[in-house]
Amino acid sequence: MTNELPPGLALQKVDERIMTLNVGPQHPGSGHMRIIVQIDGDFIVACDPDPGYVHRGEEKMAEYRNYITNIPHLERPVIHDSCNVLYPYVLGVEEILGIEVPERAKYVRVIASELNRCIYTMYWLAIYGIFLGHSTMFMWPAGDRELLIDLMEKMTGARVTHAHFVPGGVRNDLPPNFEDVCLRQVNYFEKRIKEYAAIFYDNPILIARTKDTGVLSRQDAIRLGTTGSVLRASGVDYDLRKKEPYDVYEELDVHTNVMTEGDSYARSKVPWLDMLESCNIIRQALQKMPKSGSVRVKLKPNPKGKVFDTVYKRVESGRGSLGCYIVSNAKPEPYRVKLSVGSFRNLIALPYLLKGEKLGNMPSVYWSLNYWPVEADR
Amino acid sequence: MSSDSDNEQIEAPSDDQPESTKITPTPAKEIELPKFEKGLADKIVEKFGAKTKVAFVKPDRVGINVGRDDIKEVAEFLRDVLNFDHAESVSGVDYPQDKEIEVVYHLGSYTDSTLSSQILVLSTRAQREENPIPGNDATKLPSLREIFYSVEFHEREIFEMFGVYFQGHPDNRRLLLPEDWADLPPLRKDFAIKGR
Repeated sequence: MTNELPPGLALQKVDERIMTLNVGPQHPGSGHMRIIVQIDGDFIVACDPDPGYVHRGEEKMAEYRNYITNIPHLERPVIHDSCNVLYPYVLGVEEILGIEVPERAKYVRVIASELNRCIYTMYWLAIYGIFLGHSTMFMWPAGDRELLIDLMEKMTGARVTHAHFVPGGVRNDLPPNFEDVCLRQVNYFEKRIKEYAAIFYDNPILIARTKDTGVLSRQDAIRLGTTGSVLRASGVDYDLRKKEPYDVYEELDVHTNVMTEGDSYARSKVPWLDMLESCNIIRQALQKMPKSGSVRVKLKPNPKGKVFDTVYKRVESGRGSLGCYIVSNAKPEPYRVKLSVGSFRNLIALPYLLKGEKLGNMPSVYWSLNYWPVEADR
Repeated sequence: MSSDSDNEQIEAPSDDQPESTKITPTPAKEIELPKFEKGLADKIVEKFGAKTKVAFVKPDRVGINVGRDDIKEVAEFLRDVLNFDHAESVSGVDYPQDKEIEVVYHLGSYTDSTLSSQILVLSTRAQREENPIPGNDATKLPSLREIFYSVEFHEREIFEMFGVYFQGHPDNRRLLLPEDWADLPPLRKDFAIKGR
C-alpha cells in the first residue's frame, strides 16, 4: 500500500518507528556529555554514551611538567574531590623518588581525603535530588557541604582545588585548634546527614522511582569491571581502604558498606552510608594522630626518577578505585601519566543498564552510576 | 600536522631518551622477592615458558611482557586459571626510540579474595609507524574485549589517542576526541602541545 503513494507522502513503516534522541551535552539531565538513545515509544532500545566534551588532555600536559608542577593541574578532573584525585599520583611519585612520609602527614592526608569524599558525595547527592525533582534534597546537601568546605579552607587555605598533597607529605601543618573544630563540625555534619534518611531515602516517591530500575547483577558488575559504590551496591565487598590499605588506613577500623539489590536505589544509598563511615574514620584519625611532628619531608629542587621505572598506585575515591600509572625515566618530568578513573570505568555499565528501561528512568539510572563527566574525560 | 619542525623550541620530550626503555628484570639486586607474587609469576612462566617474560615482581604487582601473538592465550589463562576477572586500566605508552607502542593492561580480581590487593600488569607492544594512518597501518594488536569485557572503552580510547587498532574489537569508533580530529593521535610523543 505505502509503496503506491508518491515519495514524501509515504507513511512510516512499523519497524522504522525507532527514534534517535540526543540527550545532552547541554541537557541538565546529562551533565557535560551526550547520551544518544534510541527509543521505541517510551522504551530505550539502545544507548550510546558520547563523552569527551570536557576532555582537557591532563595526561598529555603531565608529560611536559615536572613532578611538582603537575600537582595543581592533575587535581582538576574533580575539583570537589581534589585530594583523592591527587592521592595516587602523590603515592606513585613517592615510590619513584623513594620518599618516606612522616606519620602525622599520613593522618592529615586521611582526614583530608575523607573530608573530600564527603564534600564530593554531598555535591553528587544534591544533583541526584534535583535530577529527580526533589529540590529540598538539592538545597540541604549544598548547604551542609559548606561545613566541611570551611574545614578544608582552614586546613589548606582553599575551598576547592586544595593542591594540599605533595610528594613527601602535605603542604602545611594543621592550624592551631583544628582538631576541636573538626570534631565539632563532623559530629554536627553526621547528625545532619542522618536526617536525610527521612526526607530522601525513606521517601516513597524516591523508592518508587529508583527501586528495581537499572538492576546490575553481581556477576555483571564484576564482568563489566565497575568500581566503587556501583560495585558495592551489587553485593561485591570491595573497598581499597580495606583491601589494599594505603597510608594509615590499616590502623583504622574501616567498615565496608555493601548492598545486594544492585538497583538505582542501592547505588544512591551506598555513597550516603559511606559518608557516615567517613565521619567514623575522621574521628578515629583525629584520636590516633600524633599531636605534633613534621608533616613534610623537604625534597631536593626538581627531583628526578633514578632509572626507567613504572608504578601503579590506586586509592578509593568518591567514585571508586582511582589508579595512577606513572612511567618515569631519569628526567624531572614523568614519561607518561595515566589516570584510570572510576567514572570512566563505570560508564560501560550505562548502555547495559538503560536497555529496556523507560526514558523517564534515564536520569535516575544515569546519575546513580556516580559518574562525573569531567573526571571520565580527563 | 603538528611536528617538531614547526618551531625549533618545541621538542617532544622523548628526543633524548636513554636507549633501553624495555623493562628488564634487575638480577643485580637479588633481594627477597615477595613470595605470593613470585608464585604467580612462576605459574605463568611454567605454563608459557619463553613466550612470556617476567618484567618485575614487586609487592602486590607482577609485570608480564607478552608478544602480540600470544596475548590472547595468556589473557585467557589469567582469567580462567588465575581468576583475574576484570581490567582496571589500559594504558598506552609511546616509545619512538624503540619504534614501538606499548599497551599495558592492569588486571585485578574481585572474586578471589587472595588476589584482592594484586594487580597483574600485562603488557605487549605494537609496531609504531612514522606516519600513522590510524586503522590502516601496521599498528595493530588483538583485542582482549572477548576475554575481559571491561576493556571495551579503554581500547577505544587507546585507538584514538595512539592509533593502535584493536583487531576483533566490535566498536572501533572515536570516544573522547572530536569527530573531525585530523591531526596525529595526540598522546604520541611526536604530537607537541602548541606553546610549550
